Amino acid sequence: MKTHEQFADDLALYALGELTGAERESLDEHLHTCAACRRELQALRGDLGLLGLSSSGPQPPVRSKERLMRAIAAEPPRVPLSTPVELSRRSSWWAWVPALAAVALFFVAIGMWRSNQHMNDLVAELTNRNQDEGMQLDRLNQEMRLLTSPDAVHVSLNPMKSPRQPSGTAIFSPSQKRMIFMASNLPPVPEGKAYELWIIPMKGAPLPAGVFKPDAHGNAMMMDHPMPEGVEAKAFAITVENEEGSAKPTSPIMLLGATG
Amino acid sequence: MEPVAQTPSGRNDAADEMRLIARLRAGDQQAMSELYDRYSKVVYAVALRVLQDAAAAEDVLQDVFLQLWRKPDAFDASRGSLAAWLAVITRHRSIDRLRQRRPETDIEECVITSGPDLRDETERTLVVEKIRGALAEMNPDQRTALEMAFFQGLTHSEIAEKTGEPLGTIKTRIRSGLQQLRARFA
Repeated sequence: MKTHEQFADDLALYALGELTGAERESLDEHLHTCAACRRELQALRGDLGLLGLSSSGPQPPVRSKERLMRAIAAEPPRVPLSTPVELSRRSSWWAWVPALAAVALFFVAIGMWRSNQHMNDLVAELTNRNQDEGMQLDRLNQEMRLLTSPDAVHVSLNPMKSPRQPSGTAIFSPSQKRMIFMASNLPPVPEGKAYELWIIPMKGAPLPAGVFKPDAHGNAMMMDHPMPEGVEAKAFAITVENEEGSAKPTSPIMLLGATG
Repeated sequence: MEPVAQTPSGRNDAADEMRLIARLRAGDQQAMSELYDRYSKVVYAVALRVLQDAAAAEDVLQDVFLQLWRKPDAFDASRGSLAAWLAVITRHRSIDRLRQRRPETDIEECVITSGPDLRDETERTLVVEKIRGALAEMNPDQRTALEMAFFQGLTHSEIAEKTGEPLGTIKTRIRSGLQQLRARFA
């Protein structure tokens, strides 16, 4: 059996997709138990990416883009499966740091928004300061603008039937066409299933608004989620659906909250 | 200096890319169009270099962006740059095509970690220049082994046979060559 050090050269071949047979199986097994080798494999793939970028060549023909856009337009509608911060089954715990930071700011902002206009000025000042702190804070600023928007509507979703008292909060802005949704104490979903958020419009059938799975603690969120244009929301609801998402609710409503 | 992927507007920064990826995940076709404008040249260049055939490279270009559209969550923006990820996916898809085999790489399994930030166009140009510099300074045997493995899709056994070098030497050259590239950005 190979030692950890003996796998070193094989990792590059694995990243290239050139390791086969027993050698691949052996390394696969090792990767399951060795975080250092997993990290090195990801870094080697990054190195391969750098090598790939050394290529140069002509622009692709214009027809290529036309062909792609036609193909995309012909694809079946896709229900967005959450945002990067919540889809992290493969991610390490630190991948949640930006999301947790966003949540912290989110609750701080709610307190500010409810207190008085003076505090809103403070939020605005903080927002301006954050804009200088790069990409991650830029995203947080978007959420802050939504939270402090004069037409931002906060909706609390209450449990229908559940001993664990799950709860959810949706905040949306009709003018910005964006929404944030957070939930806690959600029970785990069965294999192949996920929670689906629904916008219940004033008229017509419920509209799918994203599929998500809670983390190990039952928490989930969808940050900076787009709202469909021209839809006046009467309520929000959650059901359990197949993880690919459903076009219409197929199970009983688990959480429900009215906008009015 | 060779130009890298350009955007029509010339506006290309990290925050922009994050927003584009978020819009892509929401099913926004315009976001796909903008990402294509930004990175199609990178993808096409890799595919063309591997396949040496414009029509085949166009097919791979189409396939890679279609996969990104279908599975936008496969790319983990918290770990690496989209440019590097696309380059790796394109290389793998091109090699699959070269060998006339079904795609063997699941894009969702291709998790990468890349050091330099390639989202800003100016930064990316500098990074590409630095990579080319590192390759030019590399021991020619090492560079050849890397290029044969990455762009020609030769196995380490095939490279050993072509170059007359021991198998272990080729393995080590490939690995240490990649690590040398990484060290430039440490």
